[in-house]
Amino acid sequence: MSSRRSHSRHSSASRITEEEINELVSKLQMMLPDAPIRRNSRVSARKVLQETCSYIRSLHQEVDDLSEKLSELLASTDTDSAEAAILRSLLMQ
Amino acid sequence: MQALHFLQALARIARAAPKPAHSARTRQIRHAAYASMAHSSRSSRRTWSRALLHRLRQRQQQRPGRLLTVRRRVRIVTPITSRPEEPARAETLRQLVPGGRGMEYCNLLEETADYVQCLRAQVQLMQTLLDAFSS
Repeated sequence: MSSRRSHSRHSSASRITEEEINELVSKLQMMLPDAPIRRNSRVSARKVLQETCSYIRSLHQEVDDLSEKLSELLASTDTDSAEAAILRSLLMQ
Repeated sequence: MQALHFLQALARIARAAPKPAHSARTRQIRHAAYASMAHSSRSSRRTWSRALLHRLRQRQQQRPGRLLTVRRRVRIVTPITSRPEEPARAETLRQLVPGGRGMEYCNLLEETADYVQCLRAQVQLMQTLLDAFSS
């Protein structure tokens, strides 16, 4: 994608859009977990998209794992622990 | 908004009687997580949130009689590109972001940023709830 920047035959309309795209890509880069480390280095758009895909996958996995754990937590409200009582009263308003 | 929706859904799941099986409850919680994301006020205008809600509703309708449905739907969708010289890019990302297949590349990037933010918020919310109640 970096090679497109040097082509002068593009119309001005597509050049503006390309800037927008670069901005959006760097916005995505900022959201990646290791963004603070990489802030000053130039990462290719392809790499940013790749890492965004990995990040989304890991977030999906976390939602699955946390759903599992929350399910266990709700199951444990059958017990008489103090936490269970608090959780029950909070959720059963 | 996202948090409130999720807590309310969690409360409904907790109150359900008879108590569902662990796997069913896990699935319900997961469903509530994604529904809360889609319903949050910031995201309800987004393409990804409408696509996600559509997908969630479809999954609910398919379910009677099946515990875990893993179904691969092969759809042939032509991405909308207004300019022929800009091919559809980021195929993997399009598969990960709900509704991503029909988006223009520029919109895909915007929607992805919003989707990731919502995902992160949801994960943080669920982790916070777990931490608060399992010490």
